[in-house]
Amino acid sequence: MTRRLVYLLPLVLFLGVVAYFAVGLTRDPQKLPSTMIDRPAPEFALPPLLDSVPGLATADLKGQVALVNVFASWCAPCRVEHPILTGLARDGVTIFGINQKDKPEPAKRFLANLGNPYTRVGVDADGRASIDWGVYGVPETYVIDREGHVRYRHVGALTARDVSEKIRPMLRELSR
Amino acid sequence: MRALAVLAFLLAFLPGLAGAVQPDEVLADPALESRAREISKGLRCLVCQNESIDESNATLARDLRLLVRERLVGGDSNAEVLDFVVQRYGDFVLLSPPVRPSTWLLWYGPFGLLLAGAIAAVFYLRAQRRPAAVAEPELTGEERRRIEALLADEDRNS
Amino acid sequence: MIAEIGHYALVLALLVGCAQALLPMIGAARDEAGLMAVGDTAAIGQFALVAVSFAALTWAYVTSDFSVANVVANSHSAKPMLYKVTGVWGNHEGSMLLWVLILAFFGALVAAFGRNLPPSLKARVLSVQGMIGIGFLLFILFTSNPFERVFPPPLDGNDLNPLLQDPGLAFHPPFLYLGYVGFSVAFSFAVAALIEGRVDPAWARWVRPWTLAAWTALTLGIAMGSWWAYYELGWGGWWFWDPVENASFLPWLAGTALLHSAIVVEKRDALKSWTVLLAILTFGLSLMGTFLVRSGILTSVHAFAVDPERGTFVLVLLAIAVGGSLLLYALRAPSLQQGGLFQPVSREGALVLNNLLLATATATVLLGTLYPLLLDAMTGERVSVGPPFFNATFIPLMTPLVLLMAIGPMMAWKRADLAGVLGRLWLGIGVTVAAALGTFFFATKAPVLSAFGIGLGAWLMMGVLVDWAERARLFRVPLGDALRRARGLPRAAYGMWIAHAGLAIVIFGMTGDILWKQEVVVAARPGQQIAIAGYDIRFEGVVQVDGKNYQAERAHFLVRRNGDYVADLYPERRFYPVQRMTTTEAAIRSTGLADLYAVIGEATGEGVHTVRLYHNPLVPWLWFGALVMTAGGLVSLFDRRLRVGAPMRKARQPDALPAAAE
Repeated sequence: MTRRLVYLLPLVLFLGVVAYFAVGLTRDPQKLPSTMIDRPAPEFALPPLLDSVPGLATADLKGQVALVNVFASWCAPCRVEHPILTGLARDGVTIFGINQKDKPEPAKRFLANLGNPYTRVGVDADGRASIDWGVYGVPETYVIDREGHVRYRHVGALTARDVSEKIRPMLRELSR
Repeated sequence: MRALAVLAFLLAFLPGLAGAVQPDEVLADPALESRAREISKGLRCLVCQNESIDESNATLARDLRLLVRERLVGGDSNAEVLDFVVQRYGDFVLLSPPVRPSTWLLWYGPFGLLLAGAIAAVFYLRAQRRPAAVAEPELTGEERRRIEALLADEDRNS
Repeated sequence: MIAEIGHYALVLALLVGCAQALLPMIGAARDEAGLMAVGDTAAIGQFALVAVSFAALTWAYVTSDFSVANVVANSHSAKPMLYKVTGVWGNHEGSMLLWVLILAFFGALVAAFGRNLPPSLKARVLSVQGMIGIGFLLFILFTSNPFERVFPPPLDGNDLNPLLQDPGLAFHPPFLYLGYVGFSVAFSFAVAALIEGRVDPAWARWVRPWTLAAWTALTLGIAMGSWWAYYELGWGGWWFWDPVENASFLPWLAGTALLHSAIVVEKRDALKSWTVLLAILTFGLSLMGTFLVRSGILTSVHAFAVDPERGTFVLVLLAIAVGGSLLLYALRAPSLQQGGLFQPVSREGALVLNNLLLATATATVLLGTLYPLLLDAMTGERVSVGPPFFNATFIPLMTPLVLLMAIGPMMAWKRADLAGVLGRLWLGIGVTVAAALGTFFFATKAPVLSAFGIGLGAWLMMGVLVDWAERARLFRVPLGDALRRARGLPRAAYGMWIAHAGLAIVIFGMTGDILWKQEVVVAARPGQQIAIAGYDIRFEGVVQVDGKNYQAERAHFLVRRNGDYVADLYPERRFYPVQRMTTTEAAIRSTGLADLYAVIGEATGEGVHTVRLYHNPLVPWLWFGALVMTAGGLVSLFDRRLRVGAPMRKARQPDALPAAAE
């Protein structure tokens, strides 16, 4: 009997592998979880981009629920998601911007043309602060709670669905 | 176990290839530079698919290469540099995953398999050495002698 | 019109495939010769139909018929003719068609050359081949139809990915698929044998040439892919342990194990159920490779058509084919007769150890390839498994195998005298130690590892030479007699020696490249002198040149050694406007012992370019060694005993084992 079981082993192992493949098909291997979740945002202090809007530092994150959005004028998906950000800002959501590896002129034009949803914009010219955040793709959007802890990260352009299903419920939850 | 670890360490830096490092990144101190290269080869380029930052042309890879060199110049040990990057990007960034319970199967699995296979092979070889009572019952002694003779003949010929 | 003929031929091939799968199987069960014979006709007919379909697609490419969506997506009227043709399989749909074509080709070969097979076994083999064919034809027709039309047709196409517009990569897929799909024959034989309930030396003798042919093609295919990576990707890497590379390497490893275990079945009638299992798993790994590459489930630098729907389809195919055959295995394998007896220290024992190591290596590569997925699915934790893992596990597993490769072939069947073998290897041991010590003292870099690598290669090479000399009784009988004996040795033995020697050469190549490589990266301006590995290289500057479908910056390097002219090197950076992609074309000057490898990068200032120069010792040996291994496979294929090309002579050959005489 045990001998027969040995011959069954390859089939059992194989079915296990197939099951994992089936699960794997539903996952996106590109998406990477943030290491910052539920931890304080990294230490950073970035100079302002615009004269009218202040720069961004770690201390600014405390005190309110906010989004931190990493953007650049050279990044096409950033243009795609921009109307969604301005929409959120209109609804009173605090959004901080990190302008990553950009030149000042195109960045200013980017905000002048598309509107500025950001309460503060920090210039991360060499990308070092972004690395501290663990940014690997632009745009990225982080949800920050009142204590300045990172609660959620979204990589890539935000869609209306991401906002209604994930971001807004999360903001509501944290603001309570 | 210690010997294994040493072997793993010796072999870990075997694939020594280079690509995307730009001339302006190269450190003046060759010892530091070679450490930087070694570290870079173990760090995954996150925006690429399966490349190390040493091989990749991506901007993020370049930034990370510069960061690695900066930290080395600043006096960090190799482990400290790796740790610095892992804190920001997680274990995913390491091309050689750290040994811990969730990767035991990965790291020890091959040797476990080899052991299990070896045990199975020993059982098989022992069984194969002695004729079981049921083995080839249909052969008469005459047939067996003929086969042996033919086999011996074949041995000589092949 | 032509495209519709191609599509129609595929549908017909599917119908014929159904007949091929069903009728011979019923015929074999009922012992009806007429039904069994349907298999032959159907297999050849299916091949003809798929060939018509493939020809139709090729025609659409050659004539740049942009009413066919597949041609639009992957071709361009300005593309060189060679790449129009090879573009047929440079995309997902076309490559699946090539896959099915090769599958049908192997089926037709079994039908045409299998006249000496027992009719029921042959009928069942063809039926199983037919079933695999049905699965992949359905896959093409439902998810990946290459004949889909677009209306209105665009004026021109999107061109083929420029990285694929390269002779090395153009012929890489056909050989790879010859290998992958070739293992389907071994698989079909295994399933047929399980249904028949008997595995005997004759069975192994039929399986071996097919496995050998597939293995030979796969060896060549992998080598071509690796060679391509070396000169095209622009930094001299040739193996990355990327999931897609592993997908081709896994069937190769399992196929290598199968090749060796089938010897034991053939010669000694032992290891039967294990060999059947290996045959199933080898083809299963080929199928899994297809799944991994096409489903997008793993990230890879070699991205292919990524489509979850296709992924699901291939997964279902994989589950049915391999799951079904493993179920059959679980039911039938326990009743397979155990065969020949032998002592642990014997040729059989050595081959068991060979299989243990190769199987573990296969499992290790599989584990490393799938582990990120496995962990993500179980815990959501994300890890990367890269080259450091594979090198740390694979090399320790391969080292004893290579050590064994010199000893095993010298051991006698049934009972061997290990001390005697080692005694006869005294020269080998001496040379190995000398080579390792010599390397240790003369290597400029990494002396310990260099000595290890060179010693390993020397040991294997000496093992081959000593074995050959022993068999020819060289230096023991007069030279003329020895040479006569050497001529008389079977081709299978020569095939083995050549293939093993090829691996030794590959090991030298790896050692040289990995450990002694030199690199210079500089921002150079015209006239600048660069020194590397004893060469003085002057950067002469960059000119613009126009290719057929690209524009290029071509750099010129003048290479001198001690003031004497050596060579001119012209690396390029090509820009393909249709795909908006830049590729690097390395310039390589090979001496046979080392490569001088030059790559030109972007302009970083006025006339200043990033220049990369590499000196890669022994790298040419990697490809040369792989070619030698391929040659070994071919020589072995033409052994009289296997005679895949001359099946009719078999009947007259006196067989050593009674089981084979039926």
